[in-house]
Amino acid sequence: MFFFHSLPLFALSPTLAYVICQKDFTGPRERSDLGFITFDIKNIFDWNVKQLFLYLSAEYSTKNNALNQVVLWDKIVLRGDNPRLLLKDMKTKYFFFDDGNGLKGNRNVTLTLSWNVVPNAGILPLVTGSGHVSVPFPDTYEITKSY
Amino acid sequence: MLSLDFLDDVRRMNRRQLYYQVLNFGMIVSSALMIWKGLMVITGSESPIVVVLSGSMEPAFHRGDLLFLTNRVEDPIRVGEIVVFRIEGREIPIVHRVLKIHEKQNGHIKFLTKGDNNAVDDRGLYKQGQHWLEKKDVVGRARGFVPYIGIVTILMNDYPKFKYAVLFLLGLFVLVHRE
Repeated sequence: MFFFHSLPLFALSPTLAYVICQKDFTGPRERSDLGFITFDIKNIFDWNVKQLFLYLSAEYSTKNNALNQVVLWDKIVLRGDNPRLLLKDMKTKYFFFDDGNGLKGNRNVTLTLSWNVVPNAGILPLVTGSGHVSVPFPDTYEITKSY
Repeated sequence: MLSLDFLDDVRRMNRRQLYYQVLNFGMIVSSALMIWKGLMVITGSESPIVVVLSGSMEPAFHRGDLLFLTNRVEDPIRVGEIVVFRIEGREIPIVHRVLKIHEKQNGHIKFLTKGDNNAVDDRGLYKQGQHWLEKKDVVGRARGFVPYIGIVTILMNDYPKFKYAVLFLLGLFVLVHRE
């Protein structure tokens, strides 16, 4: 069993967001929107389990798909590691390709921090932190940058 | 000596007792099968318990850990979940985490997976030309786990002689044991 010694809290603030459109080189070859976000994370919770798998996911809706969820960043925090994170100016770890062109002009991309608790043995709960942050993407493609 | 006692017991058993012991053995096997089928119904998964075979989900799971799965249709697939899936045409199930989902209005979902301990996502593992997994590929979602216990299954798979020895000893024990 696991217990949170104090309420899980975190502060999440995105600092920059833009979109370009290009061939999705991670798999499907169609031209899709590729989003770039940088963010700060600060968390202040204590825990007592074998491992926490933290992940930052973006959730949004597009014309093509009613629900999209993309993991942008993840981190494994092992028992014994310092559980307090203060990360600044983080770039997304995984490419934020949409299935189509639904990122440009999308005002409702919601970022949430969640974690998977891995106990020494037992249930594997998935917990979503309270409080989401909205990241609005601009209405036009960023022409000064490319990948 | 222990072996001589066993042989004496076997000789003393008459035919009727032997049939009784065989029936007993049959009962145990049937009960085990019923429990397994019951688990399949409750969890909705064709394979409610699986053994982790690789280190691609370390440090969370190691080879030999046992995972308990559910596969209820009402539970939608969401990022962060640990899914056990089979690639079309391959037997071995893979245990990885969901990285990306795109779901249409009608509920049709396509998703991408990645092992925690792998540097890249699973597209290299999927079939040639396949970019996404779908609900039909999923065996179940990992809801709980117990470490180490599954090592016995891996040993029995890798060393068939060990498997036969275990089965033989079990069979012998049940047949010879008197209540």
